[in-house]
Formats: sequence, C-alpha cells, structure tokens
Amino acid sequence: MKIILNIWRQRDAKSAGKMVRYEVPNASEHMSFLEMLDVLNEELTRKGEDPVTFEHDCREGICGCCGFMIDGVPHGPQRGTTVCQLHMRHYKDGDELWLEPFRAKAFPVLKDLMVDRSAFDRVIAAGGFISVNTGSAPDGNALPVVKKCSDMAMDAAACIGCGACVASCPNASASLFVSAKISHLGLLPQGQAERDRRAMRMVMKMTEEGFGYCTNTGECEAVCPKGIKIENIARMHRDYLKSAFTYREESQAGGAG
Amino acid sequence: MSSIAINGGANRTAAFYESVVGKKAVMAATGFVLCGFVLGHMAGNLQVYQGEAKLNHYAALLQGLGGGLWAIRGVLLLCAVLHGWTAFQLWRLKNDARPQPYVKKASIATTYAARTMLWSGPIIGAFLVYHILHFTTGGAHPDFRAGEVYRNVVTGFRNPAASVFYIIANILLAIHLYHGVWSMFQSLGVNHPQYTPKLKLLAKAYAWVVGLGNVSIPIAVLTGVVGASVK
Repeated sequence: MKIILNIWRQRDAKSAGKMVRYEVPNASEHMSFLEMLDVLNEELTRKGEDPVTFEHDCREGICGCCGFMIDGVPHGPQRGTTVCQLHMRHYKDGDELWLEPFRAKAFPVLKDLMVDRSAFDRVIAAGGFISVNTGSAPDGNALPVVKKCSDMAMDAAACIGCGACVASCPNASASLFVSAKISHLGLLPQGQAERDRRAMRMVMKMTEEGFGYCTNTGECEAVCPKGIKIENIARMHRDYLKSAFTYREESQAGGAG
Repeated sequence: MSSIAINGGANRTAAFYESVVGKKAVMAATGFVLCGFVLGHMAGNLQVYQGEAKLNHYAALLQGLGGGLWAIRGVLLLCAVLHGWTAFQLWRLKNDARPQPYVKKASIATTYAARTMLWSGPIIGAFLVYHILHFTTGGAHPDFRAGEVYRNVVTGFRNPAASVFYIIANILLAIHLYHGVWSMFQSLGVNHPQYTPKLKLLAKAYAWVVGLGNVSIPIAVLTGVVGASVK
C-alpha cells in the first residue's frame, strides 16, 4: 500500500526545520511503523539523500527510546502502544500522515524526529533514587510490603520514560513522568527515608529544566503507552505540599556527625 | 548534596512558590475560596425572585456587617489577585515550555473547559471589574440609586447589551467551574478511584447550578418576569 508522509526535517539542533513530503509506495500491512520508515530510509539512501533520523532501540515497546508525533498524537493513534509496536495494518492505502518530533523547551530537537531527553535523567539524578546497602540479597519478606502498595508501585514503575506525556501536554509538563518515579519509590518502604527530599528536589528540578505545569487535562494519561494514571500526579502534589510544610534540615542532634 | 537548597522562613515560602506545583497549589486554594463565593453570591442573588423587599433587605443585611463585610471583601480580593497573578505567571511558563508549536496537534482527552481556562479566566476577571462598577459602586450604571438594589438590577438588565455581556460572562464562568472545581482537588493532591469520579460529577453539577442561576436573572428581567413593578 502507498503511504504519504509529511516529516519534520531538521539538520541539527541549531537549524530551523520544515515539513517535507515523502511517498512510500511499497509499504506492507505486515510492517511495523518503524520498518516502514526503514524502507523509506533505504530509498533515500539509495538516492543519495539524507535518511530520516528517528530514535529506536528494542522495538519491543519496553525501552522508551522511540517516540514521535503521528498526526499530533505521541506514538500514534493506537492506545497503550509505543510507535515501534504500531503496525501498518492500522492504516490503509493512500493515508497521509504528519510526523513531528516531541516538542518542548526541555526536549531540544537533535535531528529530524530525534530529541534530547536527558532532562529526564537530570530530574532522576536530583532525587529519583533510594539509598540502601547493596550486597547479598535480603531475606524474603523481611520487610513487609502491603500488596496494594506494591501493585500501585509496580504500575507506576511501568513508566519507560519515553516522554510522550511531555509531548502531548498542552503545557509541556513532565508531571506524569516525575510523579510516576516519585510514586514507584514513595509507595514502598525502601523509599520512605528520602520521600520528602525526593518530592522537593524532583519537582524543583523539573521546574528548573523548563517543563511546564499540570492543568489536569488528562492528555498525558490518554497517550501514555504504559497506562500511567494521573492519580500519580496527585500523589506527587501531596508529597510536595507535605514536605514543603514539614521538611527539616539535617542536624547534628541525635549523635549525628 | 543537591543544587536545590531548602532553607527556612521567607526563602522557604519563595522556594515553594517557585515550583510549578507550588503555583498550582496557590491556584487551587484561591480557586476553592472563589468558587465558594460564586455559589453563595448566586444563592443570595436568587432572592431577586422573591421581590423587591426581600432582596433589598438582604443587601442591607450585608451592608450591616460593616467591618466584617470589608474583611470578607479583603479576603476575596486577595484570592482574586493571587489567582489572576499566578495564572499570568503560569501562562508565561506555558509559553516558555514549548517555544516551537506543533504543525499538527490533536487533543484526545482534554475537555473544551480545560483547554480554555486561560481564556475564560481573564474574561471573567474583566467582567468582575465591570460587575462591581455596575452594581456595587454604580459608576457604570446609567441610573444608579444607592441602597435600591432591586431597582438597580432591573434597570441595569433592561439594557440588552449589559445583559448579553452578563450572560456570556456567566456561561464562561460555568465552563471555568466545570474544569476548575474538580481540578483544584487534583492540584491539592486529592485523587482516589472512589472520590475523583464523584468530584468530577460535583464539578459538572456546580457549573450547571451556578451558570443557570446567574444567567436566569438577566433573562428574567429582559422577559419581564422580574421587575414589572419598576417603572
């Protein structure tokens, strides 16, 4: 089948980009979306043109590398799916699609459909960790975990950090991503020691990185390939508000130092 | 340990407000007060249907609060200013956060109300100024008589232009509440599978009640249901 693509082409981070029209006359319904782009790139390379840059790695929907906008929706029209797991059988002959990179100040475009998402890494580094002694594995059930909490923590931990939430948000907010990380650690006993600092630091860092704020539109939740819920955003707000009022500096009392 | 210093006192308040979550908490808390006010204000105003004596008596009762009235006005003004100022700062943050817009962008979950909060808000703000000049101070009312609230309402709304502005502004207020009334709970950290669907229902009911209550008054005057006695 024939697919018409309008793709954002941008040479590098400094250049201005524009939409360029391409035709893929020989796409097959058995291809994944990225394989269809591979076919286009083979053709462009054969003609001596610059192939379209897009990020991808596992192509199994679990690594979080891929992702761009298809007709204004991150990862395309199928819910709960990354673009690598989207297949051409969902399209028909002659369909015309618009492909754009995720757009946010905190996600500068590197080339074509590829953006720099290292702002996410810096938010994680600011507080998305726990401090535990490593070494031999702890005894099973030595630390009781409430089943409901572990379920919610696992649901939040399903986040692959693809950035679709930021891309779809009318305010380019990273709230869904940051709140998923805050929830997945904060719901477990191992995450309690740093819970207040974590919320403060990650929220401050995401503000500093230039992400927007949450207006509770639910757009992120709708496009998230992993079905992360905005309930997590409320938990992040709760943790942040609580720590804003109760946070204490570390002191020398109690024999510390 | 981190680049983010968390200090006490004024710095702490400033740092709280500095973050996007702090700003949203301010929007939610002030919104909470303001939406409480609009419901009470509408309920009080519906006494226009009970006749001139009843409404004027209610107005005199409020005026009789003296210092208390000014304290309430002070709190409401503070909330309105904080709500507006924070919204302005958030609007700037929003523009900064995505300097290059999409060529094509679809909304798949966002309601019309949520999308237009930044439009409905300032229009309601402008309406508020006009509303105070119209019925409180009388500066924008062609035939204002202090203390004669019922008469002022009827003569004010007999001007179709004024009534149409009131109707449009109150429809926008209802749309604003449709998103705001549940959204403020989410911003303050309240979200639970049990309560959130009920809060969304509450927001819809709130918007309809406040919207219909307020819009009915200019319509009642224009159609002669209210104020036939006023020459």
